[in-house]
Amino acid sequence: MTATPPAKPIKKRKIKLDEHLLAYRGVWVFIENERGHVHPVSWELMGQGRQLAEQLQVELCAVVMGAPGAELDALCESAFHYGADRCYRVASPVLRLYRNEPFTQALTGLVNAHKPEILLLGATALGRDLAGSVATTLKTGLTADCTELAIDPEDRCLLSTRPTFGGSLLCTIVTLNYRPQMATVRHRVMPMPEPQPERRGLIVDFDPGLVEDNVVTRLLEFLPDSQDNTPHLPYAEIVVSGGKGLGKAENFRLVWALADVLGAEVGATRAAIHAGWISADRQVGQTGKTVRPALYIAAGISGAIQHRVGMEASDCIIAINSDPNAPIFDFAHYGIVGDCVQVLPALTRAFARHLGKPVKEIA
Amino acid sequence: MHIVVCIKQVPDSAHIRVHPVTNTIMRQGVPAIINPYDLFAIEAALRLKDRLGGHVTVMSMGPTQAEPALRKAISLGCDDAILVTDRVFAGADTLATSYVLASAIRTLGQERPVDLVFTGKQTIDGDTAQVGPGIARRLDMQLLTYVSRIVEVDPAKRSIVVERRAEGGVQVLQTALPALVTMLEGSNEVRFASTPDMFRAVRATVRHWDRNDAGIEDIKQVGLKGSPTIVSRVFGPTPRAEKARQVPFDPADPDSTAASLLEQLLADVPKVRKELEQRRSPS
Ligand SMILES: Cc1cc2nc3c(=O)[nH]c(=O)nc-3n(C[C@H](O)[C@H](O)[C@H](O)COP(=O)(O)OP(=O)(O)OC[C@H]3O[C@@H](n4cnc5c(N)ncnc54)[C@H](O)[C@@H]3O)c2cc1C
Ligand SMILES: Nc1ncnc2c1ncn2[C@@H]1O[C@H](COP(=O)(O)O)[C@@H](O)[C@H]1O
Repeated sequence: MTATPPAKPIKKRKIKLDEHLLAYRGVWVFIENERGHVHPVSWELMGQGRQLAEQLQVELCAVVMGAPGAELDALCESAFHYGADRCYRVASPVLRLYRNEPFTQALTGLVNAHKPEILLLGATALGRDLAGSVATTLKTGLTADCTELAIDPEDRCLLSTRPTFGGSLLCTIVTLNYRPQMATVRHRVMPMPEPQPERRGLIVDFDPGLVEDNVVTRLLEFLPDSQDNTPHLPYAEIVVSGGKGLGKAENFRLVWALADVLGAEVGATRAAIHAGWISADRQVGQTGKTVRPALYIAAGISGAIQHRVGMEASDCIIAINSDPNAPIFDFAHYGIVGDCVQVLPALTRAFARHLGKPVKEIA
Repeated sequence: MHIVVCIKQVPDSAHIRVHPVTNTIMRQGVPAIINPYDLFAIEAALRLKDRLGGHVTVMSMGPTQAEPALRKAISLGCDDAILVTDRVFAGADTLATSYVLASAIRTLGQERPVDLVFTGKQTIDGDTAQVGPGIARRLDMQLLTYVSRIVEVDPAKRSIVVERRAEGGVQVLQTALPALVTMLEGSNEVRFASTPDMFRAVRATVRHWDRNDAGIEDIKQVGLKGSPTIVSRVFGPTPRAEKARQVPFDPADPDSTAASLLEQLLADVPKVRKELEQRRSPS
């Protein structure tokens, strides 16, 4: 993107809050935990929430919901380690496993009682399910799937940035005269903060007043995914990804071969998946996975914004593209202008030699 | 069974281009399609109808130009179509959209009680996955998102069992009708239109409902006015301070390019050097 025009404000609207909304204070993060496992996006959000809270000079609060017991209490402690000043503990046997209705009631009740100005959730299946119904119940604004959060110093508003459709644009969304300002954020977009085991905070209990007999939906069973088949893309330290520029399905072998030598995970663009060259669980980007490896090798990928937001936090990006003007060269660290069908095998040979691995001949 | 399917007409993203200078989306000549995710919702509804009988109404909020999308849905086998359309609906965000659709579904329910509402997982333009949950909350229906399979619907017992995609696995959930289901992509194979249905679709009436027909009570909750969120700016991504360092490539000698790149990585990027060190074969 040579000479990107300066960012243009479309509307600069002054946001003036009604008197009763001024009482909304503090930044909240919903801590998503299921089966004794905290979704890491919650801790990533605590890291980001800490910065927002400091800028606003308010408390950072964690919301922990679940069945009463030692596990829930331990979760509150962890929330303090990750930066919470205060932890709202919502304990009820009805909240043992996630269901939309009781979680919506509990979280809505808590918001109405303690009035945060910002409420953040992970953009997971659970987080998006819950955020959508809580925002509607509260009749407030919700921005989905954000990749960046910031505060407007002028009016304390949350600026939520997300990619917008069409390929290469981002948009910043603000919530007008409504509170709280809600957003869901993707896993791995924000860095994981270091826990500080000495940090302590205040636990505040909230009774959601739930009764199991009033909950209509029953969880009959949970069928866990088999662990060995699903790619571990979000945590891979090296990722080799292929795009439409590979030209045909067979050429994806070249990506697999390089990944094999590097001990890397294989990723892909949505275009390559739509072409049927590789399975959908390998998609990197806005509607796929977000990765933050040390090394990301992109072969035949144009660098559309929806792909970029899923991988630009990589420490080192190598792009191979036959078009010297491909947008990916604007944010890659190393570029090779050339045919990936030629470059990939050469890279495979070079890395194999360096790592002392046998070079399998790939025709 | 009366099933309502909410669909949206969207510009085909494969044809959208961004103007390189003004950073605006160029919509001219971009074909409009049914939001691809919504096709799975239509198919799920039609399969239930095939099994249990009943009536499928397809509904959309949008400009009059969205009518072909509804006609397309009829050609696939839906019985009835309603386009909820009114100038005051323009500029709606998800909260305002769910208000209008919920009002229209409630009104439709007075004609024929609604047992199930289907939506897609998300749209490819809004891309929020919020409208479905919003409708469910407003109609006080049970909400089942990211459904990958409808296991069973029992109209007599008024119960539904589904498989729902969750983190790390699949939840099997049972709930009571009326319920709102958002269907996951790939959850079924979308059918082709049959010839008689194609003819029917050409002649079918698509009902147009304005705010009064849709039973909208509070005009302040629709359109731009009823939307808590606004887009404050649209911009291109910031290029990195430096562009990619180019490693010269000679098609006659790809191996020297690879060697030169590897050399630079080892010299300049400690994190990559460390990763590679850990992967060296012990020899
Ligand atoms: C709502 C929405 C969500 C989306 N989500 C995602 C997402 O999560 N992930 C995602 O990836 N995309 C997503 N997309 C799609 C995205 O906008 C792009 O269309 C997609 O990333 C393009 O994939 P590509 O780079 O493989 O293909 P293309 O854009 O077709 O690019 C192919 C590139 O390969 C180069 N090339 C061609 N031949 C060769 C060769 N022989 N050697 C080397 N290079 C070559 C070309 O110069 C070109 O730059 C989304 C789009 C929308 C609208
Ligand atoms: N204007 C609309 N008319 C009808 N249905 C809609 C509309 N907008 C969204 N939907 C439905 O809600 C789902 C989620 O949309 P979204 O929240 O925009 O991602 C879509 O897949 C549609 O089924």
